[in-house]
Amino acid sequence: MKRFILGKKLGMTQVFTEEGLAIPVTAVLAGPVTVVQLKTMEQDGYCAVKVGYTDMKENQTNKPMKGMFEKVSVAPKKFLREIRVENVSEYEVGKEYNVADMFEEGNKIDVTGTSKGKGFAGTVKRHGIATGRNTHGSHFHRAPGSMGMASSPSRVFKGKRLPGHMGTERVTVQNLEVVKVYSDKNLLLIKGAIPGPKGGLLIINEAVKA
Amino acid sequence: MDILKTIEQEQIRTDLPKLEIGDFVKVSLKVKEGTRERLQVFEGTVIAMKGSGITETFTVRRVSYGVGVEKVLPVNSPKIATIEVVRKGQVRRAKLYFLRKRVGKAARIKEKIISK
Repeated sequence: MKRFILGKKLGMTQVFTEEGLAIPVTAVLAGPVTVVQLKTMEQDGYCAVKVGYTDMKENQTNKPMKGMFEKVSVAPKKFLREIRVENVSEYEVGKEYNVADMFEEGNKIDVTGTSKGKGFAGTVKRHGIATGRNTHGSHFHRAPGSMGMASSPSRVFKGKRLPGHMGTERVTVQNLEVVKVYSDKNLLLIKGAIPGPKGGLLIINEAVKA
Repeated sequence: MDILKTIEQEQIRTDLPKLEIGDFVKVSLKVKEGTRERLQVFEGTVIAMKGSGITETFTVRRVSYGVGVEKVLPVNSPKIATIEVVRKGQVRRAKLYFLRKRVGKAARIKEKIISK
């Protein structure tokens, strides 16, 4: 069974090991998730598990959504996500999965989130290009610089690194370690930083490259 | 937010004395040498405290063989075996970095007399 869970980022803190090392951790409120639908090869052309996370008031659902939840007799959920799996038959519609069912201490995981929005950012922040000097009579500070050559090719190459919108994109951090699992609080402590703001939705999968 | 605080609260140590700036302390640290563990005592003045909650640290300064030595330690580190406050100090500053420029008699700190 492929292990995964949905969660909400709470923020960062630190944890001491028995040897006295301080490990930076991100606390994630993870699960429980409920299986809402199974996507099969015969019917949908691909295999996936559709899961719901966080209860939602019934009057906030629209009619099609309400009908879908009622059909599988699951309480309405705020977030629905599909997770690709190889074998759907290992899962059951309507079954609830907790963090403790999925992960334990020492597991390697990949965490996917939506990064914090940075707005319209310049090339220095967006692409990490070098700045000009600020002093000694310099008038070139944070500008993008040359657009390329002149009459040949007399155009700007595609993919030229320029200013533009940065952030609010899907980011995955691979091979993070599970430091601790609190099964009673549905809490997960993950070593290191995780993309997105506090309260942002996270998809946690077992590591692809473990 | 409250959940974060409870995670921190689990690790906060209650067996150690409360430290104040200017205190002269004896800190016993657990040092691992190969397979066996021993205690190493570090004596000195608390010249700074930084941070809050589980990330709080304190700086202990001493002059050893004419060389100033400073150790920055997390207040709640499991590596600390015991802390003994030998002398309370009477100071008017939160950071005693001026001690770094002083040697000998000039680097003394007035003792705080606590009246009952």
